[in-house]
Amino acid sequence: MIKFSDKQLKIPKMARPVYLATSGMSRFGRAFPTLRTEELCIEALTEAADFIKMTPAELKQYIHTAYYGHFADHFGDQLLGEAVIHDRLGLDPLGTIGVKTGGATGGSTMWEAIKAVASGYSDCALAMGWERMDEVPTDEGNHLISCAADKDWETPLGHIYTGYYAVMAQRYWQIFGKAEDSFRKTMAEIAVKNRGYGRMNPYAHGGMKITVEDVINSPVVAYPLRVLDCCLMSVGAACGIICDEKTAYELTDNPLRIWIGAGSHTLRVADRRDMKIPLLPNEEPGLYDDLGKRFPGGDRYPGFSSFLAARIASYYAYNMTGVVDPCEDLDVIELHDAFTISDIQSYEDVGLRPYGEGRDYIESGDGYHTNPKTGKPGRLPSNLCGGLIGCMHAVGATGLMQIAEIGYHIWNRWAEIHGDEKKWKKFGREKPKDWTDLQVKGAKRGLTISHAGVGSHVTATILMHPNHLLKED
Amino acid sequence: MKSENDIGRVSVKNGRYKIKGKFHIIEPNTPIFDDNGKLCGITNPRDMTYIHSYGGEAIFFESLSKGKLMASRCDNPKCDSKDSIFMPFRIYCPDCLRKNTVIDITDIAKKTAMIHSFIITERSGAFNTLKKPIKFINVEFEDVCTIFMGYLTVGEPKIGMRVVPIFQTKKPTYTIMDISWVPIGTPESELPEGFTL
Repeated sequence: MIKFSDKQLKIPKMARPVYLATSGMSRFGRAFPTLRTEELCIEALTEAADFIKMTPAELKQYIHTAYYGHFADHFGDQLLGEAVIHDRLGLDPLGTIGVKTGGATGGSTMWEAIKAVASGYSDCALAMGWERMDEVPTDEGNHLISCAADKDWETPLGHIYTGYYAVMAQRYWQIFGKAEDSFRKTMAEIAVKNRGYGRMNPYAHGGMKITVEDVINSPVVAYPLRVLDCCLMSVGAACGIICDEKTAYELTDNPLRIWIGAGSHTLRVADRRDMKIPLLPNEEPGLYDDLGKRFPGGDRYPGFSSFLAARIASYYAYNMTGVVDPCEDLDVIELHDAFTISDIQSYEDVGLRPYGEGRDYIESGDGYHTNPKTGKPGRLPSNLCGGLIGCMHAVGATGLMQIAEIGYHIWNRWAEIHGDEKKWKKFGREKPKDWTDLQVKGAKRGLTISHAGVGSHVTATILMHPNHLLKED
Repeated sequence: MKSENDIGRVSVKNGRYKIKGKFHIIEPNTPIFDDNGKLCGITNPRDMTYIHSYGGEAIFFESLSKGKLMASRCDNPKCDSKDSIFMPFRIYCPDCLRKNTVIDITDIAKKTAMIHSFIITERSGAFNTLKKPIKFINVEFEDVCTIFMGYLTVGEPKIGMRVVPIFQTKKPTYTIMDISWVPIGTPESELPEGFTL
């Protein structure tokens, strides 16, 4: 579709308030030759129980239905892997279903759990996601990922998904980045930022102390993208427990409100037709009338440079929750930084900056925990866990890890979760001597974006402290 | 590689698939031991061949072998998207879901094809048969509402560069690999083996 009816643009309504009671994660890594997937999932659920001072057995007593995100069956050569995990978690005979939406699988899994609770079907639902990407050689893994593109029209072309994505990066780089060295440097700053934050995260496996020059001199994957511009390939699990109000307060005295919006767009970028830019609450009609003049070639929307699915997911989520200007109304965010350039594209899709001006979010220092220009707190820090570039991208778990990370900030427990020496040791990692507490002080509201490949599926999740809502239910 | 006689082949008889040749090769599992010689896993070799229907897109892939680029057009007078031409070929209009009309856009492609975006990569996945570096290009055409993805086999890509299609007519694979692109004016002598203008 390129025109949307009022019925399609209706703001989603949940029949009752929904809460995130707790979250948990396993360690993440490139490979775990001595751990089965169920061990990682049990690690995540046990963490979620520990977080609210319960045993896993006690927490399980509340779960009524379970939603499992696991994208790539073929990586593990195991169909119905969700049934295996459900059994190993000891949750039979509860109702359960698997969710698969590429890189957005974690967010989509949460979408299902939230709807189950919002509708009244369940009072407590488990959203659990994982991925196992270490059990095939890398080139076969690349082939398997390329099967998420169109099997007749794209996959035979190199069997390399990065190639199908990178043409979007190229177009954005040339039209909106004007192929400038300064823009290239801004892309590299994102890699430096996110890998740097990843160093402070014991769960992460991509933390690095690097410079802009390191990024710019790293090997080319698909120009202008280099190795250090790209996300990690990971193994691990994450989960969240979603409840109605009564159950949430039985589990904890500090649950968070949660909402979610979802959008989609064509699997093949090739099929994207030109359309009007749907506006977010902080954008005025006419804002983009001269976009093509300011950025020659940039007048085709979403073209190869924007993600309509992210814009639509944000449109639903912002209007559900009363968010008008994300930079004003939110305190901390987690974006889907699959590549440095797609991170910049997302700044525009979710309204941090108008289309064409995404780079300013980084260049202004707004996106940092501490603004490198002023030394003061960043206006809206992003990806403080390291994101997909510095922490992990265990596809089915990623969106759920992001939600957990935003939760830790709003719960004001980020340092407890990430700073514990014992946890660093348990995960076989050395806590850096310059470890820094990245807690966003006073965080009350946050956003996560979970995004599939070239933008076929996107979810936008909003978390808020119940005492700091932006609008009445 | 399998020998010519062993390659799995499929035909259709009375509406059913008939298979001949080898469709899978069985290899034994092998154990995985850690640094201390303790067992931690097992390999699970697989070599399989899928059987796949092109359905209503078959005409597109068959036409490539004849040097023709077929698109589809919505001709529904009641549809907002009437007259929209789709390349990639879509069997049905995405708006009214009525069957599109198959049209030949070979001439439009030859006269108007231009690079919309591109990427050059040295990387590929398993089973890749394209020569590296792979030059992916996205091609826009006049009067076509979508943008085709393909690969350039001669020259260096640039946004806005005029290109023309070439077709694997001599040894067709009946896949998307049977169409490639070269800069306009490329002589036939410079085309890769099996391709014609």
